[in-house]
Amino acid sequence: MKTIMKLLSFLGLTSTVLPALFVFLNKISWQTHANLMLAGAVLWFLSAPVWMRRRI
Amino acid sequence: MSLITERLDALYEFDREPVPENKLQGPGSFIGVYAGEHVAGTEFVIGPLFVAHGVAAGDLFAGLLLGNFLAVLSWAFIAAPIAVKTRLNLYWHLRKITGPRVLFVYNLINALMFCFLAGAMISVAATAVGLPFNMKMPALNDLYPNSLEWIVVVLAVGAAVTTFAILGFEKLALFSEIAAPWMVLVFVAAAVAVLPKLGVTSLGDFWKVANEKIWTGVPLAGQSKFTFWHVMFFAWFCNMAMHLGMSDMTLLRYAKKWQYGFLSAFGMYVGHFIAWIASGILCAAALGEVAPGPIAYLGAGIAGAICVVLASWTTANPTLYRAGLALQTATPNWKRWKVTLAAGGVTTFAAIFPALMMKLLDFVALYGLILMPMGAVILADFWLLPKLGVKSNFAEWKNLPLSWPAAITWGLTLSVCFWLPMEIFFKGLPGWFIAVALFVTLSYIQQKRSRT
Repeated sequence: MKTIMKLLSFLGLTSTVLPALFVFLNKISWQTHANLMLAGAVLWFLSAPVWMRRRI
Repeated sequence: MSLITERLDALYEFDREPVPENKLQGPGSFIGVYAGEHVAGTEFVIGPLFVAHGVAAGDLFAGLLLGNFLAVLSWAFIAAPIAVKTRLNLYWHLRKITGPRVLFVYNLINALMFCFLAGAMISVAATAVGLPFNMKMPALNDLYPNSLEWIVVVLAVGAAVTTFAILGFEKLALFSEIAAPWMVLVFVAAAVAVLPKLGVTSLGDFWKVANEKIWTGVPLAGQSKFTFWHVMFFAWFCNMAMHLGMSDMTLLRYAKKWQYGFLSAFGMYVGHFIAWIASGILCAAALGEVAPGPIAYLGAGIAGAICVVLASWTTANPTLYRAGLALQTATPNWKRWKVTLAAGGVTTFAAIFPALMMKLLDFVALYGLILMPMGAVILADFWLLPKLGVKSNFAEWKNLPLSWPAAITWGLTLSVCFWLPMEIFFKGLPGWFIAVALFVTLSYIQQKRSRT
């Protein structure tokens, strides 16, 4: 379960940062980048709390 | 007197013992905490304020690299060794040196500073929450609220933050660590996405555009000019309360080794380097707009606005909770919820004034400066007094309600600092040496008198 969640988290972060590079390279529109970033946020916040834990 | 002592003791009753061996933490925990704490909503304001103050690109990069390095060294060589040797939090250790009366005043001032800091974060969040309502954003030189919508949005955000703080959800701070990796990438992605708007189409263009369109070296109208020294000292001292002021003893007492102080680099170079540069780029792309909500939206759309709200909220909430905790020493008969409600009221009222957000650089410098002398007192008491044959923790040893060397050191250092003819960003360095020298001298006089 944790491995799946970690994978989803990784996808979320990738979807957050990669589209910006494509906007920079003029490969996708700004709106597509914004939509993908939002999807990335949803993926990250659904999956990361499952496996990230603070100890202090 | 005993009343004050009882109040303080009751407040920290679960926290007065040194951290036991089995509770010590490895480096991973500290990397998470530092990265989480130093990627806050206020980073969206600080980067644009550097742009507004006309920092040149070379000065910004060099100033941030060196200033953050000095901050890391301050954590590693000043705060961490004492934290690891005593294993006590700031309050219990300070109480041994200053006596409960000075600590009582320290608590009240700290609480007030916490309220203003949380207020700035509520203002930052309000600029994002107001976006869907087409709210008129505060401008750089606005000191007072500029619309009814602004007041309503700030009140709503303040009410939400206060409610969660009353419910005791200090653990929302944990959420900031979960959010931290995502927030950092939002900062980076938003900045990268707006680079073409500034004319950067390849990496080779960046430095030319950075000098000509972002950090131009020319301040905006009504703003003072910042140099390399401003950037360096601000980066070093913006967390002065935590390193030279020793607040982070409370965190670093859990470290297995003092060298974990170097892990503060994860907070500095991610939050106070990457995030400040990214938000500066966003500000330039927004043609000098400094309100965090709109500039984050410009770069990252809805995700950017969410990032501003989360970055502010997750930091404002525990800050307000701690303010309530500290204020409780002054209002012993009040329930915790009443104290937090009062602190929330003060915080929200302060947040209504955009001046708190737009003058954030000055406020942060002032915050560090006010608390710094007590950190110097701790350092002098721990390392220097024993070498000079003067007893450490004298107030505890003599059961004194007030250590007059500590009280005079605090008051006199701040008086001299405010009198020094230099900008507030630079006063911390001479102030720290003044505080150390004063406390050592006054402690020597106090203990010599006590023997005779």
